[in-house]
Amino acid sequence: MSDSVVSVEGISKCYHIGKLQNQSYTTMGEKITQAVMSPVRRATQLLQGHATGAADLDEIFWAMQDVSFEVKQGELVGIIGRNGAGKSTLLKILSRITEPSKGTAKIYGRVGSLLEVGTGFHQELTGRENVYLNGAILGMTRNDIDRNFDEIVAFSEVEKFLDTPVKHYSSGMSLRLAFAVAAHLEPEVLIVDEVLAVGDANFQRKCINKMEEVGGEGRTVLFVSHNMPAVTRMCKRVIMLHQGQLIGDGPAHSVVASYMNTGLGTSAERVWDDPATAPSGEVARLTAVRARSEDGKVTEAVNISQPVGIDIEFDVTESGRVLQPQIVVINDEGMTLFVAVDLDPEWRKKPRPKGHYKSTAWIPGNLLTEGMCIVTVVLWALEPSRIWQFSEREAIAFQVIDSMDGTSTARGDWAGDFIGVMRPKLDWETRFDAHG
Amino acid sequence: MSELESGQSYEKPLTLIKASKGWKSLNLGELWEFRELLYFFTWRDIKVRYKQTVLGASWAILQPFFTMVVFSIFFGKLAKMPSDGIPYPLFSYAALVPWTFFSNGISKGSNSLVGGSNMLKKIYFPRMALPISSVLGGVVDFVLAFAVLILMMFYYDIMPTINIVWLPLLLVLALVSCLGVSLWLSAMNVQFRDVRYIVPFIVQAWLFATPVVYPASLITDTFWQSVYALNPMVGVVEGFRWALLGTDTAPGPLIGISAVVAIILLVSGAFYFRRMERTFADVV
Repeated sequence: MSDSVVSVEGISKCYHIGKLQNQSYTTMGEKITQAVMSPVRRATQLLQGHATGAADLDEIFWAMQDVSFEVKQGELVGIIGRNGAGKSTLLKILSRITEPSKGTAKIYGRVGSLLEVGTGFHQELTGRENVYLNGAILGMTRNDIDRNFDEIVAFSEVEKFLDTPVKHYSSGMSLRLAFAVAAHLEPEVLIVDEVLAVGDANFQRKCINKMEEVGGEGRTVLFVSHNMPAVTRMCKRVIMLHQGQLIGDGPAHSVVASYMNTGLGTSAERVWDDPATAPSGEVARLTAVRARSEDGKVTEAVNISQPVGIDIEFDVTESGRVLQPQIVVINDEGMTLFVAVDLDPEWRKKPRPKGHYKSTAWIPGNLLTEGMCIVTVVLWALEPSRIWQFSEREAIAFQVIDSMDGTSTARGDWAGDFIGVMRPKLDWETRFDAHG
Repeated sequence: MSELESGQSYEKPLTLIKASKGWKSLNLGELWEFRELLYFFTWRDIKVRYKQTVLGASWAILQPFFTMVVFSIFFGKLAKMPSDGIPYPLFSYAALVPWTFFSNGISKGSNSLVGGSNMLKKIYFPRMALPISSVLGGVVDFVLAFAVLILMMFYYDIMPTINIVWLPLLLVLALVSCLGVSLWLSAMNVQFRDVRYIVPFIVQAWLFATPVVYPASLITDTFWQSVYALNPMVGVVEGFRWALLGTDTAPGPLIGISAVVAIILLVSGAFYFRRMERTFADVV
């Protein structure tokens, strides 16, 4: 306890969601309408049995509840959690951008926070001017910047355009410049949000190296990320948040592994050894479901360019029925990505004898997008009548990871946000005619 | 804890983060610590003010100058407005120089937090730095416009009086008034975007409540003059004419009242701002 640099005690943060839902700001007109309408709303809510006390009427949302932890000098701590888990709220509180509703936090030493790269960059100013401006915004003194200026410029690789307004930069260039400034921050405690998710792969690696260097110099770093490999490589310790609460704090590998399964109680493999508890129907019983790579390894993290096999193992306890396995894949927002039924010609429309079966559905590489995939498995008996044997909802889950090596995945060299519920790698062709 | 105080961390600053309630201290010490940032914000404001305009910084002169031309034609020539014995163009321009500083300051200052919302959400700094730097950025414009005022005085062959020594203080008075109003409006603007629509109206009404197109000497009753001086710009504008052009108005009492009001505006604005500050990042 004595050498804690960051000590967080019972931090909670609530938001009034009435405000946040539509627009975060209100006009006086809305305020007046609200004032007029609130008695009506209150009465309605009371009638519906929603609220009895004043607190409930306020419709508050706890983004962070009673979070406590300590960080020692020189520790590199990763903070993970799904969207909306409260990671950003925590960083904003520790960066003093927003106040907690309850609790206290103490930080010893100069705090630098990096919730975004290039905050305050002005498009009309030159690269040189923006280095000074951004440096000052991040808390560097003019002396700090002067001293590090050449190094910053060299790191950014934009020497030639230093006196060009940033509006003429490519997005990659201004990002590199912004990163170069940020990488030269020298606080004792550094708070970093998911800023490494941008930039091209090479530059990203350079930044991670720089941050590791920072950690090595005895500085304390709090680092929020979805980038699991980066978290496990950089941080020995990881804190996991879920719905605003701290649900895990410990060695990186064990916390990251449980992150893969959070909230769903699922991992990439489920086995039912006991026939009594296994999902079963009239003629069949599920014994195992797993996600695996081509070489047969059960895999929690799947490379986006590689196919994933979904094994469904089941025992047929009574001969003579036509059976059809089926999978339903949803993402972590609950959206159904696709449904696939077993069309293997060998067993299609054929009655199956008693015995153990293993059906594997191969999901091709470069189809799914990054993120969580949750698989539900279903078995139908088709003839003479369609009878449902078992359906194991959210049986397994795995994480699709885009390794981003430039050629094998759809995102090419771009390391930033890459939207879409699918991420197919398409064949592109170009016809060129110089005289056309 | 005692180990901390005696151990390696004793010299490290402690950041204490907790919920606050009600009125807060102004914490001007922190603002002073961030003076470099304040400087950079002001510098940025000046740098980008006239970027991508053809006429560039000459707008700082053209804006009050053309207003003066229009006023001279309509109020000076057509309406035959009295001007305390000073040629009307000079009479109105001497008022327009501080007035333009004030009105531009309010417009920019009141929008500074909303305009800088991205920074509010991503970086910690004393929030007051934003409205303060927007207002300070206008000082450069003021100096440019003021140089033209000096040239006009040569043209009309009017020598400044010894009272010109008070001019810096009058500028400070304009700055204090402008900052006070900007602190109030910028903090309100975060919560109520209505402010954006009200500001142009406020500025316009305020122009007519200030002796820019007409002399304050139109109001003769001392009681009503005191009421009039509750508008701090009355003191500023009358002071400018008195100090530079030597109008025989003896605006001392007016300036006194105006100064008191300006200080009240600034202090109350600063406290209101600090009180509202904690919600900025959540609401903006």
